[in-house]
Amino acid sequence: MNDEKLTQRLLALLTEVAPDIDPATVRLDRDFRDQFDFDSMDLFNFATSIVQTFGVDVAEKDYRRLLSIEKAAEYLRNKPAAS
Amino acid sequence: MPLSYAPIVKRRPGTGDQLANLADYASARESFSWEDARHELEGLPGGGINIAHEALDRAVHAGQGARLAVRFLSRDGVALEFTYAELLSAASRFAHVVESLAPERGDRVFSLLGRGPALHIAALGTLKSGRVFCPLFSAFGPEPVQTRLALGDARILVTTPMLYERKVAGIRERLPQLQWVLLTGAGGRVLPPGTLDLDRLLAAASPEFATVATTAEDPALLHFTSGTTGRPKGVLHVHDAVVAQQVTARLALDLRPNDRYWCTADPGWVTGMTYGVLAPLLCGATSIVDVEEFDPDRWYQLLAEERISVWYTAPTAIRMLMKAGPELAQARTYSSLRFLASVGEPLNPEAVLWGQSMLGMPFHDNWWQTETGGILVANYASVDIKPGSMGLPIPGVQAGIVQRTDDGGGVVEITTPDTPGELAFRPGWPSMFRGYLDNEEKYRQCFAGGWYLSGDLARCDADGYYWFLGRTDDVIKAAGHLISPFEVESALLTHPAVAQSGVIGVPDEVAGTAVKAFVELKSGLRGDAALQRDLLAHARRRLGAALAPREIAFVDALPRTRSGKIMRRLLRARELGQPEGDLSTLEGGA
Repeated sequence: MNDEKLTQRLLALLTEVAPDIDPATVRLDRDFRDQFDFDSMDLFNFATSIVQTFGVDVAEKDYRRLLSIEKAAEYLRNKPAAS
Repeated sequence: MPLSYAPIVKRRPGTGDQLANLADYASARESFSWEDARHELEGLPGGGINIAHEALDRAVHAGQGARLAVRFLSRDGVALEFTYAELLSAASRFAHVVESLAPERGDRVFSLLGRGPALHIAALGTLKSGRVFCPLFSAFGPEPVQTRLALGDARILVTTPMLYERKVAGIRERLPQLQWVLLTGAGGRVLPPGTLDLDRLLAAASPEFATVATTAEDPALLHFTSGTTGRPKGVLHVHDAVVAQQVTARLALDLRPNDRYWCTADPGWVTGMTYGVLAPLLCGATSIVDVEEFDPDRWYQLLAEERISVWYTAPTAIRMLMKAGPELAQARTYSSLRFLASVGEPLNPEAVLWGQSMLGMPFHDNWWQTETGGILVANYASVDIKPGSMGLPIPGVQAGIVQRTDDGGGVVEITTPDTPGELAFRPGWPSMFRGYLDNEEKYRQCFAGGWYLSGDLARCDADGYYWFLGRTDDVIKAAGHLISPFEVESALLTHPAVAQSGVIGVPDEVAGTAVKAFVELKSGLRGDAALQRDLLAHARRRLGAALAPREIAFVDALPRTRSGKIMRRLLRARELGQPEGDLSTLEGGA
C-alpha cells in the first residue's frame, strides 16, 4: 500500500471511531489529543479497528504509537502484515 | 447468600507490620467522633474554617513548607514540582486575582482545564478567597459546559486558549452572567476578545494572601452530578467538609505524611478534586499527577519509578490494565507500594485479586458519591476483604439498608441480612452536601425517616459488609462517571432526523457500562450506517466523548408509558434479555 492510500485508510478508521472529526482538518503529524477530544476509549477503539483492518497484532503498550496519522502509518509500515 | 470468592484475610496488628492508620476497625468505630476529628485542624485565626488554609497554610505554619506537595508529570515525562510553600504562594496570587474580579464572597469560579498545575492553583486559590469553586471535566462538549456554567451562575471561568476556542467561544453569548474568562498557557499569543491572560495577572499579584474568614457552613465547592430527568444537579459543599476529607483519606486510603500518592481521577470530577487535589495536601503527602491519558506501560512505569506508595484508581482503568496482560505488569517491581484503592463503580472480585497477584496486594474498593462529599463505605488496610464488596461504613457514619414505604413519604429499615434495599445513611457527617443549587425540593426528596437516601441499591451481609446491586433510577454509571440519560437524549433530539430517543447503560467489558441510544426517526426516514455515524458525530460534538453514546440503534417505536414517558427500564430489559416486568402502564402495541 502506498503512503497516500495508507493515510486515507487511517483517516477513515479515525473518523469511524470519532465521527465528529472532519478528516480534511486533521493534521497528519500532530497528536490526536492536541487537535480534538480523543480519550483512552477512542484510542482503544482506533487500535482495535487497525487490528481488524490490517490484520496486524497491536500490543496495548504500542497503542501510544498510534496517536497521530503519521505515527500510526510509520508503525504499520514496520509491521510485516501491513505491507 | 453464597460467597463465590474467599475473603482476603489481613494480618493482625502486632505481626511486625507498621500499623495502619485505622488499626482496629471495631475500636475505631467505638471511639470516633467528628468533634475530635475537627480538633485536628488548625482553624482560622478568628475561629473560622477554610479548606485551602488546612491544605496549605497549616503545613507551612508547621514548618513543612519545603516539603514536596505535588509533582506534575508531562507527556514527555518532564516533572514540574511545587512545594507546599510554592503552592501556597501560587494559590495566594490566584486568590488576589479572584478577589479583584469577583467582588462577592460566594461568587462562583469555574475551571475547564485538563490535569495540571493551573487546576490545583485555581481550586486552592478560589477556596482561600472565600469564593466557590466548580471544576468541569475538560472532555465535556460545549453543551454540557454551557448547561453547567449557566446553572452554576459562573462569574469567572478559567480555561486554556484551545479549550476556550473549542468549547466556550461558540456558547459565550448565551452566558451573559459569565463576566471573566481567564486563559492560562497563552504564552504571550494574542488572546480571543473577551478573555484575560491569567498567567500575566498571576505574575503581577502578590504571593501573600490572608485567607478570607470563611465559616464552617460557608459554601466552598460545587460539583455537578447527573439525575434521571431534567438538568444536572449542582451539589453544594461547605468548608466543614475538610474534616471528612482529611479523616476519610487517612482511614480509607491509609494516607500518611511520607506517602507518594497517585490518584488517577481527573479533578474535573468530584473524586479528582476531593482525593486528587485536596486530601493529599490535608494528609501532608506528596501527590503525583500524570497529565497524560491512560496508557498501560506508562502507568506501570509511573507506579514503579515514581515510587508510588498509595494508589487510588478506578475499575475501568484496572480492567484495561488486566486486558493489557500480565507480562507488562510483571516487567517491573513495585517495592514502594503499600495500599491500593478503587472507586467509581463496584470493583469486580477478579480485579481485587488481580491486584494481589500482579502488584502484591489487593485493591480496596470504596463507595461514595458527589452528595456525600467523601468516602462513606470502604475496605480498610487492617480489615479482611470480601472481594466484590464495597466494605464497611467509615467510623462516624451509620449506614443502613432501607425500603421506601408505599405512601412514598417514609422508609423502613431492613435489618435482615442480605436483603436488597436502598443504601442509606444517618445524616450528620461534615462533608454531606448542603443542597442542590436552586432545587430545594429535590434536596428534600433525598431524605426520609431520618435517613439520607443514596439512590443506590445494595445489601448488607451478616458481617456488616455492603454489596452494591444497582441504581434505583435510570442514571447510567459508565467508566465511573454518572451520566444522565436525559442529557444524552436531549442532545440527540436536536438532530433533525430524530423524533425520540431512549438512552440506557449496557454492559461493557472495559467500561463496566457503556451508553447506548435507541433512536426513533422522524417519519419517512430510514436508519442506515451513514445516519448512525452522523448521529454519533452530532452527539460527540455537542456532548464530548465522555458523555456521547458509544452505540446507536434504530427502532420503529420506543416503548412509552400511557403518559408518553419513554420506558428506559423496558429498553434495558429487552437489551439484556431480562423479564419485562409489569407492563400495565405501557402504551398499546409497543
